[in-house]
Amino acid sequence: MATTQIKSISGAVPAGNTVETGNSAPQIVAQDLDLFYGEFQALHKINLDISEKQITALIGPSGCGKSTFLRTLNRMNDLVKGVSIKGEVRIGNENIYDKSVNVVELRKKVGMVFQKPNPFPMSIYDNIAYGPRAHGIKKKAQLNEIVERSLTQAALWNEVKDRLHSSAMGLSGGQQQRLCIARVLAVEPEIVLMDEPTSALDPLATLKVEELVNELKQSYTIVIVTHNMQQAARISDITSFFLNGKIIETDVTSKVFTNPSNKQTEDYITGKFG
Amino acid sequence: MSRILEEKIVKTLLFITAITAVFSVLLIGVFIFIEGLPIFFKYGIVDVLFGTVWNPTNQVYGIWPMIVGTIYVTFVAILIGAPMGVGVAVYLVEIAHQRISRIIIPAVELLAGIPSVVYGLFGMFAVRGVISSLERGPLAEYLPANYQTGYSILTAAIILAVMILPTIINISLDALKAVPREYKEGSLALGVSHWQTIYKVLVPAAKSGIITAVILGVGRALGETMAVIMVIGNTPLVPAMDWTGLFAPARSMTANIALEMGYAGPEHQQALFATGIVLFMFIIVLNSVTTLLVRRKARK
Amino acid sequence: MNNVVRNQKIAFACLSGLGLLTVLVLIFIIGYILSQGVSMINYEFLTSNPRKMGSEGGIFPAIVGTLYLVGTTMIIATPIGVGAAIYLNEYTARGKLTSMIRFATEALAGIPSIVFGLFGFAFFVILLEPITGGWSILSASLTGVTMVLPTIVRTSEEALKAVPDTLREGSLALGTTKWQTIKSLILPTAMPGIITGLILSIGRVVGETAAFLLTLGGTLLIPNSLLDGSRTLSLHLYMVAMETGAMDMAFGTAAVLIVLILIINLTATWLFRRLIKRFS
Repeated sequence: MATTQIKSISGAVPAGNTVETGNSAPQIVAQDLDLFYGEFQALHKINLDISEKQITALIGPSGCGKSTFLRTLNRMNDLVKGVSIKGEVRIGNENIYDKSVNVVELRKKVGMVFQKPNPFPMSIYDNIAYGPRAHGIKKKAQLNEIVERSLTQAALWNEVKDRLHSSAMGLSGGQQQRLCIARVLAVEPEIVLMDEPTSALDPLATLKVEELVNELKQSYTIVIVTHNMQQAARISDITSFFLNGKIIETDVTSKVFTNPSNKQTEDYITGKFG
Repeated sequence: MSRILEEKIVKTLLFITAITAVFSVLLIGVFIFIEGLPIFFKYGIVDVLFGTVWNPTNQVYGIWPMIVGTIYVTFVAILIGAPMGVGVAVYLVEIAHQRISRIIIPAVELLAGIPSVVYGLFGMFAVRGVISSLERGPLAEYLPANYQTGYSILTAAIILAVMILPTIINISLDALKAVPREYKEGSLALGVSHWQTIYKVLVPAAKSGIITAVILGVGRALGETMAVIMVIGNTPLVPAMDWTGLFAPARSMTANIALEMGYAGPEHQQALFATGIVLFMFIIVLNSVTTLLVRRKARK
Repeated sequence: MNNVVRNQKIAFACLSGLGLLTVLVLIFIIGYILSQGVSMINYEFLTSNPRKMGSEGGIFPAIVGTLYLVGTTMIIATPIGVGAAIYLNEYTARGKLTSMIRFATEALAGIPSIVFGLFGFAFFVILLEPITGGWSILSASLTGVTMVLPTIVRTSEEALKAVPDTLREGSLALGTTKWQTIKSLILPTAMPGIITGLILSIGRVVGETAAFLLTLGGTLLIPNSLLDGSRTLSLHLYMVAMETGAMDMAFGTAAVLIVLILIINLTATWLFRRLIKRFS
């Protein structure tokens, strides 16, 4: 069944992926992006505009390339051996795959939260202060201020303020993930990428993280990969549907979920496959 | 930008540390050969390797007695140590209760940590005492007088057997643990007894690992110096080639070097380096065999 | 069927016997050395100089020599060994170069210590005499470095491998450089494992004799600098047993060595347990 569907889209021109939702120019623009793992092509001609201070959700069945695409935005794929890329990703006015780009600075600007909470084996305080310290902030008072602000932003301050210096490994899974979000916020990124951030959490912890993501939209551009369609529907402004390394449809979330323009999107959303 | 520069400097420094090992091996090889080869050229390879007289005062440098001594003592040590080591490994993997493993495994670690001079001292008294009372008691009528001191190939081999146990046990243990569970379950499910499964399925399946363990044990025994010096008697003579040879005092290549380096003149020193070359070649051959075995196993 | 059961019983009894024998051998060796030597150990034995070629008096210079040698060797070997492990595990993919480095490390581990001694003698003691002072703590330490390098590289690499990649990703994603990640996250996390390897190396230096016999000089004087000759406890034990023939002193020194090795092993085991706990 899947193969016939692929045929049906292969002839089609990629649907208009630019969705006018705000008045500002898009902050991230992916243009004709191809990605290869050695010989295998994992992404095909990805075109996507991502607007500032909105939540963009990437959905699709596993192996569709949504996480791979997310990891091209902060060049985490550089760490994987044998990955090559064609096309462009522009953030602001800069192609991040340009030779002159400093990857370390890029990652500071584009933070990332991972599938499984990955707190460092050190104290809560040191987890948050880790990034700022690496970027040269040494003053105790300034670090204290950053730690409190980041934890507050991540809605974790009240739960941990009395045990900042105990190990982060002692926190619950949900707390750990919010700690990881706080850790990203501490380096003051403009964009936060989230790779299925709630897939390892229980429903209650998931709810808390979702609330937090909604809050963060005020100040950050958020791109979130999720396998959970309800989650995408609840929190995102724009939804982009990936299938077999291609973008099938990108639109305002409510439209994607109520009135998708592509048959495959509809099949996926109604649970016919995936 | 300074962080990028730091990154480059660090990477270069780390690279230098990483190739230190390569340089050390090269330097060691080069220096042993530069110092030792001249003797082979001067007195002839055959005469040096197979000459049975070692008499540096008269410029006679036959290494043969030390080669035989080394091989003899290593062979006997393996004969004792290998079955025992493999047996203990099988016991630990298949039979021993976890509580007992928890006693034996640290004990093996500790055996590996005891300094060789301490083994030597122990051998000089405890083991030599037993051997010499054998030599002077029930065996006295069969042995020449110079074979009755307790300093002997057997004494050294017993000490070496204990010293190589940790190597053999640890590596056989890993090999046995790596055998897939299905092999064992498959065999047991056919109604074959546990012991039959061990010696017909598990040990053969772990064969190449066990052989590697034994070869590494051989390497340790060949290279051991101090413990051997202290118990082997150090006579540079070829031991008797019948069973009485077990009780002969002898000298290993390692002992030859350690005993005489302190007072050797220039040419004598070269002869000792030549002994080192022979020892080095033994180790290289052994290492190559192990590498081949490991590769063959990896290909499977 | 009865035969099968009987054979198994006999075989298992034999194997259990071997296991028991291993432990008994250890207990016998340690017990024998301690029973012969422990009565020698007292304050005076540990703190006074030997007299009459070591047949009387104490072992103080050998203790000082051991400390010097262990200290110098580890100060040089630690950065090299840990650095090599970091390079192999964090900076290069598997390739020709790494397999050459690994091969060399394995080869070093297999070389007999007397051959290290010969090399140290020819290279450090004779050729580099103007720098190393000939037979000296420095010459012996440099020889010792080549000997303990494989242990340090191997254990450090294991420890680094045990650090999950998710931590590396998490740190790099915050915009840190590779070295910052290694320095402030990976190394601290792997530290117990690395230290275990260092302690095992210390044990190796303490127990080594053959290589130092040819490079350390063996004088009974207390060294004033790294360029002086010296003698370690192991070397002292060998010399008083084989040359002086003072067996009580030899057993006393052996007892001190056994106690030292016990302490070193227990520390390493304890650290290793902590390492395992951290990742479970």
